[in-house]
Formats: sequence, C-alpha cells, structure tokens
Amino acid sequence: MFRRRTRGPSVSDIDMTPMIDMTFQLIAFFMFVVNFSEAEQDDRIQLPSSQLAKPAEAPFDVPITLQLTSGGSLVYAGELFDVGSLGTVLEREKTIILDTGKEPAAATIIVRADGQAPTGEVQEIIRICQEKGFEKFALRAKYDDGG
Amino acid sequence: MATAEGGRAESGLADKIDINMTPMIDIVFQLLAFFIMSLKIVQPEGDFDVRMPLGAAAAAAPDEEQIPPIRIRLTAGEVGLAGISMNGTPVGSFEELQERVIALVGLDTGPNSIADKTEVELDCDFQLPYEYVVNAITAVSGTVQDGQIIELVKKIKFAPPKSDS
Repeated sequence: MFRRRTRGPSVSDIDMTPMIDMTFQLIAFFMFVVNFSEAEQDDRIQLPSSQLAKPAEAPFDVPITLQLTSGGSLVYAGELFDVGSLGTVLEREKTIILDTGKEPAAATIIVRADGQAPTGEVQEIIRICQEKGFEKFALRAKYDDGG
Repeated sequence: MATAEGGRAESGLADKIDINMTPMIDIVFQLLAFFIMSLKIVQPEGDFDVRMPLGAAAAAAPDEEQIPPIRIRLTAGEVGLAGISMNGTPVGSFEELQERVIALVGLDTGPNSIADKTEVELDCDFQLPYEYVVNAITAVSGTVQDGQIIELVKKIKFAPPKSDS
C-alpha cells in the first residue's frame, strides 16, 4: 500500500491537465473560426462602407472578382493590371465560361473598388465588361453596422 | 501500460498509469500553430446588385406605365464631393436625398409598387471618389429602421461615363 521513497532528486510531476484543457479549447476555437474560403480580399483595397451591404446568403454562380485600387489600377487574381487591358482578361474568362456550357450573362462581375478610386474607372470597368457580354454586376462594400 | 518499477511494493490495487504525454502535446501544439497561422480575419462584405446589359438604356422602349428614372447627379470637387442633385434640384446631403426618394416612392416596396418600378440613374463625374457613389446607392436603395432594412429603389444604373477631362 505504501510507496517506498526513492532516494535522490525525484522527478517532479507537473500536472498537465489544465494546460491540455486550455490547448484543446484553443484548437477548438481556431477550428471554428478558421476560414478556408477564398474570399478575395486585398489589403490594397479599402472598400467604402455601407449599412445596407449585408453579406450575401448564397454565393454567386459564376463570380469574377475585379478589384480597383485608389490609384485606378486593376487587381485581378492578385496581379496588377491597367484598366485598359481588362478586355484581354475578360476574353480569357469568357472562353472558360463558354467551355463550361454557360453564357457570360450568367456570370456576376464583383467590383471591389477602393473608396477613393475614381468613379470613372469603375464605369470604365463596367463598360468593358458589358462589351464582352457580361451584364450582372455586384458592387461590393464593407458592411457597416452603424456602431 | 503499467510500469512495474523495481522495488515497488506489490499491492492488490492498480498502479498509477503513466502515459507519455509528450507526442500528444507535440501534435496538439502543431495543430494549434497551424490553426493560428491559417486564421484569416475576413471583414463582412455585401453587394449591391446592378444589372446593366449593354445598350439597355437606349433600347428601352418608353412604356406608358414606366415612371421616369430619378436622375442623381454627383459632382466632384477639388477633394471629394462638390454637390448632389436629384432631377436637377440640388440636395444638401445623402440623408436629404434619401428623404426625398422616400417622399417620391413611399415606403411601400412590395411588388408592383412605385419603388419597385422606379429606376435611379447615377450620373457621376469621372474623378469622383467611389465612396460617394456607394453612399448615393445606399441612400436610394434602402433605409434601416429599428434594425430592419426597408428596401427602396432596386433598379440602379449608371449614366454613360464622362471622359477624363
């Protein structure tokens, strides 16, 4: 029943239970909040905020995200372009859409423009998209809860 | 796995089981580090849907029931916004713009209501910062009352772009 005392320095038993509890709690927390979705957010773009910009309930069928910096440059797939070269980019997108058996009109162009970007450039983007046969646009804004 | 240490007195009771925690803690910390590093803080964002087929503005045949579009003109100043006008009359702020839109279309926004049929055309200067356009769209497309969004005009289009001059 009794344990014999060992001689010499004994190995101190650290109680690991609270640490493991906490670590698992943290893992569980990060697992819940982690977001693997490829939300195309870019630090270069400071979206304008709006109280009505509620996050969409369902994702778009065929989304194409075009981002516009405050300087008027286009960011597409992480690379900087000139707005004038948008036609080439859209032509490629159009081919991909047509290959999947869909029409460009079914695709939605998500415009993520910086709040300081010139409106004329946004309109230019929309005009080029229209020429390529796209008609649905979503102007993206940051949701502002008014607080 | 029970360790039968030398010199331990045998007893009828079960010995304390020493589990080697090190590999588990290693893995747990690896997982923790992975989730911390892959954490991406995503801001909530929303969209304003605009449907603008090419040439629709020109091709739209005048309809008897069609209400003429509300023309909102946003002028750019040296820095930011210089002025707002609605159907030619100057408007002081976006709040006033919203009040005037509500006065025009009312708060009834069901199907076939005036708000449902009305269209807003935004006419903006080239150099106008885009945030004012979003403010104008917010003002005409809805209002928040007691946390509920009341939709106003849903059909929004842009006037042909002005040249960069």
